[in-house]
Parts: sequence; C-alpha cells; structure tokens
Amino acid sequence: MIPSIDFSSVREAHWWQFAVRFVLGGAVTACTGLVAQHWGPVVGGLFLSFPAIFPASATLIGRHETDKKLKAGIHDSARGRKAAALDAAGAVFGGWGLVCFGLTAWLTLPRYPTAEALALAGVVWVIVSTSLWRLRRHH
Amino acid sequence: MWRFLLGGALVSLFALIGDVVRPRRFAGIFGGAPSVALASLALTAAKTGPLTASLEARSMILSSLGFILYVCIAQRALATGRWSPMLVSVTALGIWGLVAVAAGLILEALSQ
Repeated sequence: MIPSIDFSSVREAHWWQFAVRFVLGGAVTACTGLVAQHWGPVVGGLFLSFPAIFPASATLIGRHETDKKLKAGIHDSARGRKAAALDAAGAVFGGWGLVCFGLTAWLTLPRYPTAEALALAGVVWVIVSTSLWRLRRHH
Repeated sequence: MWRFLLGGALVSLFALIGDVVRPRRFAGIFGGAPSVALASLALTAAKTGPLTASLEARSMILSSLGFILYVCIAQRALATGRWSPMLVSVTALGIWGLVAVAAGLILEALSQ
C-alpha cells in the first residue's frame, strides 16, 4: 500500500484542537530549556523524547471515528479505540527512529555544523521509521 | 519565547502531517516525530554550543526507549481494553516518566 493523503479528519477538527497542540508543544520545548538551565543538559535532554504529539493525536482519532459512527446512528467507541491502537503501533516505529535520531545527533553535533547534523539526524529518523513500517507491512 | 514558538510550530506541523497521511499505522509514525528534539537541539546549539546539544541528544537516546515502551503499552491497552484513547494515552505517560527518571539516575551515576 502506498501512503496517501486524506484531509477529512482535519476538516472536521476544531480550531482549539490545533491550538492545544501548539501550546503543549511550545510548553514542553520551553520547559526542556528551563530544566536544562537548572539541572544541566544530561537531565534536560531526557525531555527531548517527551510524547508531545501522540496523546492529542490518539484522542483526536478516537473522537473522529466515534463521531463518524454516531452520525451513522451507531453508538460504538470500539472503532475509535482500534484506530488509536493502529496510530500507537505506528508510533512504535517513530520511537525507534527517535532512538536513531538521538544517536546520530549525539555523534554528529560535535563534528559537523548544527544544521547539517540535525538534517542528517532527521533523515535517519525518516529512513528508520519508514523502513520499519515497510518491513512490518511485508511480514 | 523562541523555544515556545519553534517547539509549538514543529509539534503542530508533524501532528498535522500525521492527521492527513494514510494508512493509519503509517500516520502513527509522526506521533514519534523528533519535533521537540529538533527545536531544542537547534536552540541549545545556537545558545550554548554543539557539545551541550550533543549531551542532550545522548540523554534522549535512553528516554526514547521510554517512549517506545509507552506507545507499546498504550497500543496494547487500546487494542484489548475498553478505556478511551485520551485516558490511555495520558495515564500511560507515567511509564515514559519512570523510564526517563531511571535513565536520568543512570546517566548521573555514570557521570560522577
């Protein structure tokens, strides 16, 4: 299956759901900076993998699927849970990519310009995450 | 302020990509996107230097294992349980927190 694009969940989302994500993401990033300032980079770095996206996404997906069922006159929250479980399964691949992102950034930041090191780490994240997804799909 | 804006923008961007791409399992990858890490490492490297940012990235490797455990447990709970996605994804954050604390203690012990 080739990945595709579907805007339906965005069209049906409320503006405040995007605002919550922006504020949460901004707050986590700001807190990471404050923690690093007070307790140093070793402790501050722990927050770089804080799950800032998954909780809001899983909630949004669950609500979207349940609402779709309700519109069809069926009261069933199981479909929403299953869709959120699939989202979580994908996030596992993203998590392994996150480990490799951190490893690449750790090794390359002292040796290369910051932009190049972070771009390389980002590319490694994409390759690892999507490769794991492809592997899982074929098995 | 820059941290807040850049972090918010990157988290929103990756979350939006995750909302629109299909299939669902592929879209889930973006739930583990390095949005906070990209913003934080870029600003730390600019402010205090790449060596400090490198130390932050090293800590991130261990706490990312906590992220994987967190989403694995959330996935199992959502697939087999009857709890809402919001309850599961927020409650299970404690697992990530526990691994992050353990990782912090290990790294602190190693650096002394």
